[in-house]
Amino acid sequence: MKIELHDIAARHPAARSRSAAALRALSLTVEPGEQVAVIGPSGAGKTTLLQVMGCALPTSSGRLVLDGREPWAMPRAALQALRGRLFLAPQVPPLPPRQRVVTAVLAARLPALGLWRSLRSLFYPDDIPAAHAALDRFDLADKLFDRVDRLSGGERQRVGLARALLAPAQLWLVDEPLSALDPSRAQQAIATLCDEARGRGVTLVATLHQVDVALARFPRIVGLRDGAVAFDLSAAQVTREHLARLYAQHEHELAGAPVATPEETPAPQPVVMHCR
Amino acid sequence: MNPATALPPPARDPAWPGRLGWLIFGLVLLWPLLQATEFRPWTLFEPDSLKVSGRFIASFWPPAHDGEFLALVARESWRTVAIATAGITLALLLAIPLTLASTRVLSISALSGRMARGPFWLRQALRWLLIALRSVPELVWALVFVRVVGLGPTAGVLAIALTYGGMLGKVYAEILESGDAQATEALMRNGSGRLQAFFYGLLPQNAAELTSYTVYRWECAIRSSVVLGFVGAGGLGQQMDNSMKMFAGGEVLTMLAVFMLLVALADHVSSALRRALG
Repeated sequence: MKIELHDIAARHPAARSRSAAALRALSLTVEPGEQVAVIGPSGAGKTTLLQVMGCALPTSSGRLVLDGREPWAMPRAALQALRGRLFLAPQVPPLPPRQRVVTAVLAARLPALGLWRSLRSLFYPDDIPAAHAALDRFDLADKLFDRVDRLSGGERQRVGLARALLAPAQLWLVDEPLSALDPSRAQQAIATLCDEARGRGVTLVATLHQVDVALARFPRIVGLRDGAVAFDLSAAQVTREHLARLYAQHEHELAGAPVATPEETPAPQPVVMHCR
Repeated sequence: MNPATALPPPARDPAWPGRLGWLIFGLVLLWPLLQATEFRPWTLFEPDSLKVSGRFIASFWPPAHDGEFLALVARESWRTVAIATAGITLALLLAIPLTLASTRVLSISALSGRMARGPFWLRQALRWLLIALRSVPELVWALVFVRVVGLGPTAGVLAIALTYGGMLGKVYAEILESGDAQATEALMRNGSGRLQAFFYGLLPQNAAELTSYTVYRWECAIRSSVVLGFVGAGGLGQQMDNSMKMFAGGEVLTMLAVFMLLVALADHVSSALRRALG
């Protein structure tokens, strides 16, 4: 899928109206099948950028064009169909704690399944081999029938990524896919994502805190700072000066340690009983 | 010595005057309410009233336990359970679609900022429908239906269905909206439909609470079927009304014991279901 952003400005709906917009006059084009890593210090607007690309956040000005069509000009049903053709993975994997892994992974297929088939899949999983294969790519095949709340934070994040392999999508937008993974798992996970995306001709845009991983795995690097593109270069052209300028005053993030220590996703909270 | 600790310890909690003020304000507000409700609990303990209530309670003993009466109680308890269960089932048929249509979390237009105008007003209208359903007490519904379908359990079932449909719909919507909606939102953002997002995101997130609330409402329905029985809607309530009128206290006590058993049963079913789902 081809992405075009023309002079995009966007702010989070919860943000105060006088605060600075998360993205300012940002223009960017990503060709079909391209793989792009978005790097930059915390608060640069990386997540907002992904949400704008994934039609999750309406732009306050500028034009978003996906495969030649403007999503926000489309009727809601068509927009929802378009959303079915892209996969937006938030940083905290959105998995209901009481669900089984197999159901959580197969949920990625919902846009392609009809309502009846998706209900039937709750009684008997629709495509166990496919779910197994996707999990196997992330070394989680043995967790197929475990419940999500029995997994560690890193395992949950990998289940969230395994969803991408089953989504009927031509565009993967992955937010901080490695934040809860140890270095070797991180290498394996990002290699899997890149290889699979290349094999399927899927466009891949990932935000990353690990600059070294981004430079090693992604052919094109977009540096984002204060809601604007600081540089947009091939990985080979990115120099130490580029990085130093991008991360000025945020050097500790460049040094490798992600600011947010790998967050364990909070354990499912005990169900609160209301007295009614 | 640390200069901070050199200060004398605070003489009292600075929040104290505020708390005291609110407490006095609450009591002052309560006084006219107690006057309006003629709240005079000490009359309970005057010798005359003690004698009257003592005699009334003593007339309950011993519980009636002859075989014929027990068989009657068993039959009527079964009918009461049937009224409550049928009523709750019909209420679910009413409440579930209304909940799904009125829950804000399942709005696709609200995913990206504000909900569109059409869906917004539809949700408001459904909310008002739920308010209307539950603001009419089941007793009033029962009186209406007794006139329409005649004396008997049908009136009770319909009355429970309407009022409880309204209650279940409201509380289900609140439970669904108060839980973590991240999974549901992510599914809808990736193109799945509302119902798919409900079954794959919202329901597993909230299943235990929804179930225990439903079982609790079933328990309430059993109790309220007693009241409905008093106006002729069948079941144990009607029987209890008869026994009361004939001053057969022992029979009333036996039936109260059955109610206690039914409520205890509901309690155990609820905790077993929560364990299974939790």
